[in-house]
Amino acid sequence: MDVLQWAIDPRGHSVPIHIAWFLIQVAFVSAVAFLIVHAAYIRFFAGEKQWSGTTAPEVVAAIPERVPRHSLVARTFHWLMAASMLTLLFTAFLPKVGVEFDWVTLHWIAGTVLTASVLFHIIHASFWLDFWAIWPDKTDIVDAIRRLRRFFGQAVPAPRRFAKYPLENKGFHGAIIAAGLSVIATGVFMMFRVRTIFFTRNPYLFSDGTWGWMYVLHGLAGVGLIALVVIHIYFGIRPEKRPITKSMIFGWMSRDFVLKEHDPTRWVVTPVSVPPSTREPESLRNVS
Amino acid sequence: MAVIHDVMPPFLLFQPASLAETQKLLEQQGQDGWILAGGLDSFDWLKDRIRKPKAVIDLSGVQELKGVRSTSDGIEIGAMTTLTEVANHPLVQQKYRLLADAAEAVASPQIRNQATIGGNVSQDARCWYYRAGWPCYRAGGNICYADTPDGRNREHAILHAQRCVAVNPSDTAPALIALDARFVLQTANGERVISAEDYFVGPDIDITRLNILRPGDLLSSIRIPATWAGAQFYFEKIRDRQVWDFPLLNVASAITLTGDRIERIRIAVNAVAARPLRLASVERLVTGKPRSLTTGELAGNLAVKGAVPLQFNSYKIPLMRNLVKRAIAGGQEATWTSYSGQ
Repeated sequence: MDVLQWAIDPRGHSVPIHIAWFLIQVAFVSAVAFLIVHAAYIRFFAGEKQWSGTTAPEVVAAIPERVPRHSLVARTFHWLMAASMLTLLFTAFLPKVGVEFDWVTLHWIAGTVLTASVLFHIIHASFWLDFWAIWPDKTDIVDAIRRLRRFFGQAVPAPRRFAKYPLENKGFHGAIIAAGLSVIATGVFMMFRVRTIFFTRNPYLFSDGTWGWMYVLHGLAGVGLIALVVIHIYFGIRPEKRPITKSMIFGWMSRDFVLKEHDPTRWVVTPVSVPPSTREPESLRNVS
Repeated sequence: MAVIHDVMPPFLLFQPASLAETQKLLEQQGQDGWILAGGLDSFDWLKDRIRKPKAVIDLSGVQELKGVRSTSDGIEIGAMTTLTEVANHPLVQQKYRLLADAAEAVASPQIRNQATIGGNVSQDARCWYYRAGWPCYRAGGNICYADTPDGRNREHAILHAQRCVAVNPSDTAPALIALDARFVLQTANGERVISAEDYFVGPDIDITRLNILRPGDLLSSIRIPATWAGAQFYFEKIRDRQVWDFPLLNVASAITLTGDRIERIRIAVNAVAARPLRLASVERLVTGKPRSLTTGELAGNLAVKGAVPLQFNSYKIPLMRNLVKRAIAGGQEATWTSYSGQ
């Protein structure tokens, strides 16, 4: 069973034209299988999370009731990106599984929205947010190794609590970056092959082989995103992750959840967007 | 690349004698089954070895699929009825002259003796890049070779093109749409009756098909209601060679008048898009107006709104404008107009 679809171009060369569409089902089923295994593990085998280290009482006292986590701009970007991503996935793959509709225009419009929002996010995150907060640091790696060794029963110290983002969040963000930038980069070029308001059609911009590999990369990243989005939604609705999901809606996390799972020395709380009733004095910024 | 061979590749040949037997075979063969009607389209594909079906189901022995029958509400034409029979049948000649004219305009007498009405409405696109076996969108690939700056696209679409710019080449399809015909399909889920318009599919919905037939489905007959029997009809086809050719453009209209005013009208064109187009906006515009040259010109101008020509087919815009004008006003009244700038 070939995972790529090949064809003979007019010059007699064998060129890839796109992925084999059964990979759509493979991606979806793999994601569902993962979440079934994960749900079963959490339900039947996982114990209580254990953390090392304590937080100084004065630091605890300085944490506001509502800890701001995502600014309105960041949340707007997230949901805009989510809407465009879901539109892209539905318009790309529903026709391939038999749900027929006029998908191309919707697809490139959603792709344009995604591209614009990702460009905005890159600039916003680079200059207005803590850019490095979403990238794994040395502590994350050390703690991940600890968690793994403890999973296999070895006697090692418990991991420390997370910084602003758990390592899983950071890993997911990295995977989304890889898949997302792949579909965006290839998608922008693929818009030269359809009629849009942006470019003059030029299907001969690249050779048939280059175009073919571009479609393959677009497809592979696309089916990868099916799995990533299914898993993301699954974690978003899991009970223990709901405070994180709620923070992406309302912008804040409860003090209790932050103290339970996050390390205030690694995540410096700046309560700038807390509602007036719960706003803390300026002196609480940069608590560490 | 298409290579002409002396013989076709081997396949299993089934020759059912009844509709029930045909349906059973179609169900058994599924994706591997190829329906053979008159063979005019099929043999091109098979001899060029671009399509290599495992099984061919020849419908020529299924009598239930042949002939023109009178019904309580018009006529029913079996999908395997030849175009010659359709064009010459007294009922068609008397009441649905539009269809007779369209069937008579198809190809040559020899071809019409063999070609069927089911095959004519279900035939595949004639774009030569596609027919030559190039891996274009319609063939499952990721490019349209015709819609390029130097692509040969004189015969291609000016409306509703989306990635693929091939056109539907049927002559009888617009006539059947104008007559408000119903297509009877035999599917795995039973009989399905749909309007002629809904039988055809554009590239926006499915780029690899021109009609809604899925593997295992069969177009068994076409029903034409009495609604438009005896109306004023107009059919005109423009082609490169008058003796034998696919349409560059064709138009079909059915009109009833009250006095000199258009009471009801259905009008459709083909070879401008991947599916025959019913011009509903034109119908709304001209209903209630006098059947005149002025109305025809209005209609022609509206009909081409949104048309996007390719490199070599901008002539289709004034051509369509003229044909729609003539279909509304009548060929005698509406002479050809040269539209500058098109």
